[in-house]
Amino acid sequence: MASDRIFGLVVAILALAYLAGAFQIQTSFLSDPVGPRVFPMMIAVVGLLCGLAMLWKPDAEPEWPPLPVWMKMALTVVILTLYAYMLAPLGFLIPTALVAAGVSYMIAPQPAKAAITGICLSVGLFVLFKYALGLGLVALPRALMG
Amino acid sequence: MDTISNLVMGFGVALTPFTLLLAVVGCFLGTMFGALPGLGPANGVAILIPVAFTMGLDATQSLVLLTSVYYGTMYGGRISSILLNIPGDEPAMMTTLDGFPMARQGRAGDALVISGVASFVGSFLATIGLVVMAPVLASIAYLFGPAEYFALYLLAFCTLGGVASKNQAKAAAAACLGLGIAMIGLDNSTGLPRYTGGNMHLMDGVDFLVAIVGLFAISEIFIFIESHGRNSAIGVTLGKLTIPWQDLKASTGTMLRGTGIGFVAGVLPGAGASLGSFMAYMAEKSILGSRGRFGQGDPRGVAAPEAGNNAAAGGAMVPMLTLGVPGSGTTAVMLALLLTLNITPGPTLFRDQPEVVWGLIASLFIANIVLLVMNVPMVKLFVRVLMIPAWVLLPMVTMISFVGIYSLSGSTFDLLLMVVFGVLGYFLRKLDVPTVPVILGILLGSNMEDSLRRAMVISDGDWTFLFSTPISIGLWIAAIAGFIAPLFLRTVLKKPPVPAMEANED
Repeated sequence: MASDRIFGLVVAILALAYLAGAFQIQTSFLSDPVGPRVFPMMIAVVGLLCGLAMLWKPDAEPEWPPLPVWMKMALTVVILTLYAYMLAPLGFLIPTALVAAGVSYMIAPQPAKAAITGICLSVGLFVLFKYALGLGLVALPRALMG
Repeated sequence: MDTISNLVMGFGVALTPFTLLLAVVGCFLGTMFGALPGLGPANGVAILIPVAFTMGLDATQSLVLLTSVYYGTMYGGRISSILLNIPGDEPAMMTTLDGFPMARQGRAGDALVISGVASFVGSFLATIGLVVMAPVLASIAYLFGPAEYFALYLLAFCTLGGVASKNQAKAAAAACLGLGIAMIGLDNSTGLPRYTGGNMHLMDGVDFLVAIVGLFAISEIFIFIESHGRNSAIGVTLGKLTIPWQDLKASTGTMLRGTGIGFVAGVLPGAGASLGSFMAYMAEKSILGSRGRFGQGDPRGVAAPEAGNNAAAGGAMVPMLTLGVPGSGTTAVMLALLLTLNITPGPTLFRDQPEVVWGLIASLFIANIVLLVMNVPMVKLFVRVLMIPAWVLLPMVTMISFVGIYSLSGSTFDLLLMVVFGVLGYFLRKLDVPTVPVILGILLGSNMEDSLRRAMVISDGDWTFLFSTPISIGLWIAAIAGFIAPLFLRTVLKKPPVPAMEANED
């Protein structure tokens, strides 16, 4: 109940913000009869109605995970975000090994197996992508590669 | 015979050694994706699009590879349904009902062979149906103007929301979310930015591949962390494979009926393979009545849904190719593939780029034969694949997703956006909000707006133009009916209990 109500509220607020945003869109005199504002406004109105419908008639509460699992998922988001930043400057091999091991550990907390998974996936996928599929990956940090 | 000569040309395009190799690789990967619980057809195709694209494959080759993956997942889904009682993907859910009981009676091998043959019958006949129907529908589609297209897009959202989801408001909200995201970027006709917040990266809009991979593949990681990989492999044993001719003969009628029902379900927008297999199973159950032992390991209970979902997979290609409107999650991903390759589906595709269409159709036939060989005599190989534990599988999927998106754009921003979509996908799935309308919205948003605006240019701002032709009125009625009717039907048609899974889409 509560989750759906919160979600409905979020949808309704987003729809209102989107509607307000639609009024900010610049139009030009050369535009067609509809212009660039109308369709976003239509989307916002339908979205608002949906949000209100969810507030009015929420479904049963989903089963949310306990707090430790939330922590794990939050940590995973951090790991993946770091990976997105590391991939360009540090090359493929090192970040991939670390992140693959991290994700593996989050799913099943077995340090040794996770580490092996990380290293094997990193090397295996590098060989597959670089040599079998011909993608242009950089193996190691740019600084080391010269 | 125009069709025959076109088909011959298609086979000419598709039957080179390299494309055959791609078909084999695609079928193998597809069956694997299908068999692994948690990785559905949409995921499988989605994470391979960027890879295929950066490999520098041309349009036909990419299509051969990825349609083979698509058909392969449809075959593969049954393997874990039968052996583990966990559907490998959502369309395979109905196969658990009789497949797992058969496996428990020691007839796992028979169930796999029967369902493999049923898959072949379903998708092969559906591909023939595609050959027959697609040109006809394409010639009708020539009559469609912008007003009709606008109504058609609406129909796709409405039926998808009405049929495939339990809560209309949530499905419609998901569609709005997708459409809203599609508006980000430069407006097509004025060239002015919308909703970019001054961010340079958003000027080109949100890449649908980033959204697809995020919503489907990255969100899966969170689902698995939550479930502690509990859906992963269990020891599986499979005896010697023999071909149960008796059962195959007994289920011929079932397969043909399932194919017919599945194909129709596939062609209808928004219905897709899950509905195809569901209806095929239910119809067969009521036709056979007390003569069947449905739910207790009746071979026909395996044949019907498998013929149904594979036929629906073929049927769903019809509206996608001829109208550019996908009927299901996976065909939405296939549409994304076509758009990535700069191919615009629709009636003109059949006229302007026949080699692409017929090459694709020929490759569907080839994929089917390859899949029959892989899935009946070589099925044991895929049973091994099921042994891959989640803690290896999910990191692998993550890495392939990241590398795929990264090699496509080389942009850190896109990777971050993908993670955001992953988190969003997790919450949407937990809240039972379907993710397919989001994808469909992102894919179709600007086309839908363009057709609305072009219609208004034609009519000089007269909104009644949207309801001015019989075709558009029909589409509007169908859209409204498709959205509202399930509200009433839902109480009549109760789904039979099937094993719970963190459902993805077909």
